[in-house]
Amino acid sequence: MYFNANGERVSRLRWKEMYRAFKNRQELIKAGFRRRDLVQMGLLAGGGLLLAKNGLSSRAYASWGGGSCSYGNTGCGNCASPVTTPWTMDMPIPPVRQPIALSALTGPSPTLAPNNAINPATGIAYEGRTRAHQSPIGSHSALPFPAATVYQVSQREADVNVSPNLPPQRLWTFDGSSPGPTFVAQYGTPILIRNYNNLPSDNGGFGLNSVTTHLHNGHTPSESDGFPCDYFAAGQYYDQYYPNQLAGFLSTHQSTNGDINEALSSLWYHDHREGFTAQNVYKGLLGHYILFNSFDTGDETTGFRLPSFPAYDIPMMFADRCFDAQTGALVFDTFNIDGILGDKFMVNGVIQPVLHVHPRRYRLRWTNSGPSRFLQVYVTDLNNPSASQPFWQISNDGNLLPHPVQVPAVALGVAERADVIIDFAQYAGKTIYLENRLNQPNGQGGPTGSVVSGGQGFLMLKIVVDLPVVADDSAVPSESTSYYTLPSVSDSPRVTRNFNFDQDRNGQWTINGGLFSCNSPRFLVQQNTLEQWNFQNGWNWSHPIHVHLEEHQVTSGAPGLYGSSSDDSANYSRWGSQYCWSGCQSNSPTGVNLARKDTVRLVPKSSATIRMRFRDWLGRYVMHCHNVIHEDHAMMLRFDVATTGDTKSNP
Amino acid sequence: MIGRRGLFAGLATLPVAGGLVGRAEERKPAAAPPPRAKGKFAPPLSGREALRRRYFPNVELTTSGGRKVKFYDDLLKDKIVVLNLMYAQCDGICPTTTSNLKSVRKKLREAVDHDVFIYSLTLKPEEDSPAALEEYARMHGVDDPQWLFLTGRPDEVDLLRHKLGFADPNPEVDRDKSRHSGMLRYGNEPLAIWGTCQGSAEPDWIAQEIGFAIPRQFKRHPLVND
Repeated sequence: MYFNANGERVSRLRWKEMYRAFKNRQELIKAGFRRRDLVQMGLLAGGGLLLAKNGLSSRAYASWGGGSCSYGNTGCGNCASPVTTPWTMDMPIPPVRQPIALSALTGPSPTLAPNNAINPATGIAYEGRTRAHQSPIGSHSALPFPAATVYQVSQREADVNVSPNLPPQRLWTFDGSSPGPTFVAQYGTPILIRNYNNLPSDNGGFGLNSVTTHLHNGHTPSESDGFPCDYFAAGQYYDQYYPNQLAGFLSTHQSTNGDINEALSSLWYHDHREGFTAQNVYKGLLGHYILFNSFDTGDETTGFRLPSFPAYDIPMMFADRCFDAQTGALVFDTFNIDGILGDKFMVNGVIQPVLHVHPRRYRLRWTNSGPSRFLQVYVTDLNNPSASQPFWQISNDGNLLPHPVQVPAVALGVAERADVIIDFAQYAGKTIYLENRLNQPNGQGGPTGSVVSGGQGFLMLKIVVDLPVVADDSAVPSESTSYYTLPSVSDSPRVTRNFNFDQDRNGQWTINGGLFSCNSPRFLVQQNTLEQWNFQNGWNWSHPIHVHLEEHQVTSGAPGLYGSSSDDSANYSRWGSQYCWSGCQSNSPTGVNLARKDTVRLVPKSSATIRMRFRDWLGRYVMHCHNVIHEDHAMMLRFDVATTGDTKSNP
Repeated sequence: MIGRRGLFAGLATLPVAGGLVGRAEERKPAAAPPPRAKGKFAPPLSGREALRRRYFPNVELTTSGGRKVKFYDDLLKDKIVVLNLMYAQCDGICPTTTSNLKSVRKKLREAVDHDVFIYSLTLKPEEDSPAALEEYARMHGVDDPQWLFLTGRPDEVDLLRHKLGFADPNPEVDRDKSRHSGMLRYGNEPLAIWGTCQGSAEPDWIAQEIGFAIPRQFKRHPLVND
């Protein structure tokens, strides 16, 4: 049996046609070679058939300004994986990590200063950390050291099944699974994770066994943040201390132990190795991290009464991947520095899995883990694909909104996240799908902005509402439900900085004309003060820009849903045309963009303004494009948070 | 400014020193697929073999000294390499990159025991004869047996340029040779570690990046990630 990228059965003839279409996109054609050249090079047989060649190539697949990556099209710019039968494996739910006793840690006890002692077993230092856990860790009652709650995790190679049609994939994992185990933390309870690097030197073709783990959106001290150059070697550990404190707890909101309105809910961790983030995350180094507090409790009978964790509160990591047509092995397009797309959609590490649910409300935590694809996720009933299936979005980038917002879909740039509540009672006995309907022809520019009709996009997850009726004590979401209040950012910023994201004449990514280096900061943020950053995207590609340490508010230019007017609602700011050539600046946020975010989508030739305070911690952080291919090459800058900042307006 | 230790920091990738080639030989196929797996697949390839087939056509090139070399067999196989694009009459980014690479070369020689080969490939093979490249090298004071300036058949050079991701996806930009990619590819062929950095970056930083691909065989033992 043969299937198209949508998981639908097609004839053998159609499949061969699709495959031939892919072959015709081969790099030589795209590179503009003439027939005579191809014959000379022995690549074109006398009869005019293109000789089969293996695998991917970089750049050459680029379908500049053309191509489509929707229904029935295997091109997708990059990839033609082997056929896989969808809906044959259950969607994995990564196990919740359990803490261990301090004494159960492998190796020496945690130390405030990095443990530089040489481990006789490896000949190198026990720990890869280079900077001490910063004060007041250990001297503040809320920040005991070592933390009372301790975990250990090992990054190692494992063979993982992603589809019954493919051989087991040799991935890099946290403790054998990808996504790795889910960490469930409580506000006010700091944790220490001993993170071992046990990755092999044989990378199977991509990946670097030197790693640094970033907790995405964590309010984390610099030395535990997973700074790109805080990498540690195979055989070493790195003790990461996550305070799990509300922003402002050491500064603007000391009396209340931080600002409850800055509470974070859904985070994720992933490798952030300088120059190799894309390879390492693609290879499997990522997972979920969930934070609860006395309002967002994980218990639907208390606080905001959100569906209970873990039974009705399920994290989902979306990803697209490419597999080699000959060997069935995961492939990474190493020499493509523009962005890569896969033609297989994975949820929690399995291609097109199935989830069985009870007919009741669930909280789903969605993360777009990339590497380069933007998503617009809909609920689709294939028996009535054109019908709108609205649901409630309750968070943006994992931060609860002021109140739930009913939406027809959620747009997610790479690294963006959304918590949603879907009431499956309305679908009792039915089968529905999560469907990405966003057209994106290649990994470079991002989406075209066009959205395909229901049922014509990529079905990512099949949800079967066939489990028995059970009690539902969770609150009914409505506009009048209140979560947190948006913190005020209306004060005058201490400094306004402008950042132009561009590419120089020779294809090198620049920010304000400058190139990345780990070794020195581009500017100094003054701790605990309000900053305004104006982002300008001078290029006609899309970039999801992520800022470490603090979430921000987008005060203008926040993009809404992609697509036609029928998909836009008054809840979104929107653009008059596919690209925001002008006027986006004037968009003030509404709906789900009245939110705290950590990643702002810069659509082509657009601008956006964000405001935030960098509180409580000092040291080095980064801002970067989260199309991880762009990040690695090197659309990133280092800034430092210091007691005295500078006022560089174009750093 | 980073010192020697800063540069060493980039090199901490492998726990044990060892022969470059030995550790990345063809691996036995992974465990057999589970019984329910359908479809026939070719046995898995080693990382370096997968990359060779996908990206490294073994085309013949000519050095500035007039020597014929095979791209994979003679230039990449078993080596640590840096690749960049240039052409002799380039007055844009090329002089900067060449000058940066000279500094990088010096820093790497001081810091690591491994040979690192630099290959500068012309993107105007029609104009750049070996003699023209020789003149370019002399003008820039590059006299180094491990730094080759290379030309070849135009179609094959262009194939290489595309395979290595040095082409621009925008055809208009791609046609303008003065806008050629300023990126540096660096790689450790036997270990299948390949990265990219910006040729206009600070030489210290470029040297650090290239160091990411070099296993731990130091002239002296560094403090890891210091």
